[in-house]
Amino acid sequence: MSQTSTMAGASRVAATNAVQEARGPRPKPFFTPRKIIIYSLLVVFSMYYLFPLYVMFTTSLKSMPEIRFGNIFALPVAPNFDAWVKAWTSACTGLNCQGLAPGFWNSVKITIPSTIISIFIAAVNGYALINWRFKGSEIFFAILIFGSFIPYQVFLYPMVIIARELGIFGTLQAVIIVHTIFGMPILTLLFRNYFASLPQELFKAARVDGAGFWRIFFEIMLPMSLPIFVVALILQVTGIWNDFLFGVVFAGTQNYPMTVQLNNIVNSAQGTPEYNVNMAATVLTGLVPLAVYFVSGKWFVRGVAAGAVKG
Amino acid sequence: MADAAVPLDAGAETTVNRPSLLKRILFNNLPAKIAALPMMVTVLVVFVGCTIWTIYYSFTNSKLLPTGKFVGFDQYERLFATSRWNVSVTNLIAYGAMSLVFTLVVGFILAVLIDQKIRFESAFRTIMLYPFALSFIVTGLVWQWIMNPTLGLQTTLRNLGWTNFSFDWIANPRMVLFALLIAGLWHGTGFCMVLMLAGLRGVDEEIWKAARIDGIPTWRTYVSIVLPMMRGVLVTALVIIGSGIVRLYDLVVALTNGGPGISSEVPAKYVFNYMFSGGNIGQGLAGATMMLLTVVIIMVPWAYLEFGGKGRRT
Repeated sequence: MSQTSTMAGASRVAATNAVQEARGPRPKPFFTPRKIIIYSLLVVFSMYYLFPLYVMFTTSLKSMPEIRFGNIFALPVAPNFDAWVKAWTSACTGLNCQGLAPGFWNSVKITIPSTIISIFIAAVNGYALINWRFKGSEIFFAILIFGSFIPYQVFLYPMVIIARELGIFGTLQAVIIVHTIFGMPILTLLFRNYFASLPQELFKAARVDGAGFWRIFFEIMLPMSLPIFVVALILQVTGIWNDFLFGVVFAGTQNYPMTVQLNNIVNSAQGTPEYNVNMAATVLTGLVPLAVYFVSGKWFVRGVAAGAVKG
Repeated sequence: MADAAVPLDAGAETTVNRPSLLKRILFNNLPAKIAALPMMVTVLVVFVGCTIWTIYYSFTNSKLLPTGKFVGFDQYERLFATSRWNVSVTNLIAYGAMSLVFTLVVGFILAVLIDQKIRFESAFRTIMLYPFALSFIVTGLVWQWIMNPTLGLQTTLRNLGWTNFSFDWIANPRMVLFALLIAGLWHGTGFCMVLMLAGLRGVDEEIWKAARIDGIPTWRTYVSIVLPMMRGVLVTALVIIGSGIVRLYDLVVALTNGGPGISSEVPAKYVFNYMFSGGNIGQGLAGATMMLLTVVIIMVPWAYLEFGGKGRRT
């Protein structure tokens, strides 16, 4: 197995095994020294992971005088959502004081079409690569996978020129196309491996019955691929929502996604920094991927393990 | 286990027979070619075309527009004579080495701890992985606030009575890379743990029994038997972490924006700044080409080990 494992193989192993439970009987409730060490280590590590989340939430519910008192451990004395309201409606980036709301809606306008288009194209690619091979299709796929490891900075400038020539630079369309392009390697890999694992007899039987490319895709393949669609959906929604680089380069000032506006609010603010507003804005930006994470549970693990190649 | 691993060329034997393929390259299987058109355009225009464009124009003296004359290696000479670039490269190497080692070690330790048939396993896993769902911008900004020297952790602990406690790493040029490291590890170690855990769970229970019968201590079994058996997962983790480090950008922008001074600059940021605000495209492209070269140096030995030498086609 380890000899033949490929990048794809390894991540699929991760995808299937990560969700399994530990084998063997349930642990017995004895406080052995070994158990105490294991659990204390786990608790210490957990504190490292949870501390920023705690700080983020509590700071966002405090007032500025309370923050200036200088105790980030303390719970808010009089928790209120004033900072959240301000972050959403009136926090300033330079002279523009519209808060994060426009950024949120831009992110929605970017994420939804990018997710749908990129998943559809990748599903068709994967299907064509497995069931309808043509001369050179594997070479294209190999370059696609290799390309996914190349730093984006290598493509950025020529892509800006192409977008300008097409007249879409600084629009939502440009960002959506860029997300579709850079989502393609991992998603195609995902769908390709999934379709390869389906029994080929189904495809052959449909062929014998005279069904064509699109009919087999829509009537046979799609209904069987719900699990992989869920994985792809999680991967794309979190990935595109969290993107910063493409948003800042291609979207144009009016269409900046939430991450870019958040960074502008916090890092280029003028006057006295309002840490409660900053943290409220940070929480608001993190809420969407966090919600996806906590709702999807083990599917997220499958998604990130499958999306491993994306890095 | 066996059926979970789908090699890249699975299904090669099962493709339908199409005898006339060679004769009519263009029209045979036309729907598939039309369907794969976005992929072909992406590969040819973006992955091949843009890469060649970037490499070509990195040899010109383009300033505000990519129209310059061919100047050979001038841009590269200038690049390596620029202290900001050299600081960026040094930072990336130092941060990258620490990040790689710590991510792998912490990820492995966490996976081993989780794998001890503990209670609340999924709760611990959830806690360790959630940072990975957040963006680098959110990660950077939260840690920027925690490490804020005037009101963050430093002041808090001083107010609580530990008067000479010092934690001003984001404002300290010598320590700023460690500040980046703390935030980076917070974001990425959970993911490494998931990969490692999958690797550990993939090791046959019989191996453990055999090692126990032979009286081999547990830590020794992990180091000498289990780790070598996890080669596939380790290589995957290495490649993912490695290519992520070369791309390091958003986290730096959010946490330190390269400061204090230029002490936490990274190549990706250098390239971005020269391309989009420095007005010296040739410099940016030369930097981008160096980043490409780094990835090729990481990727080629890996691709050779994984795909070459075994007569396997990718």
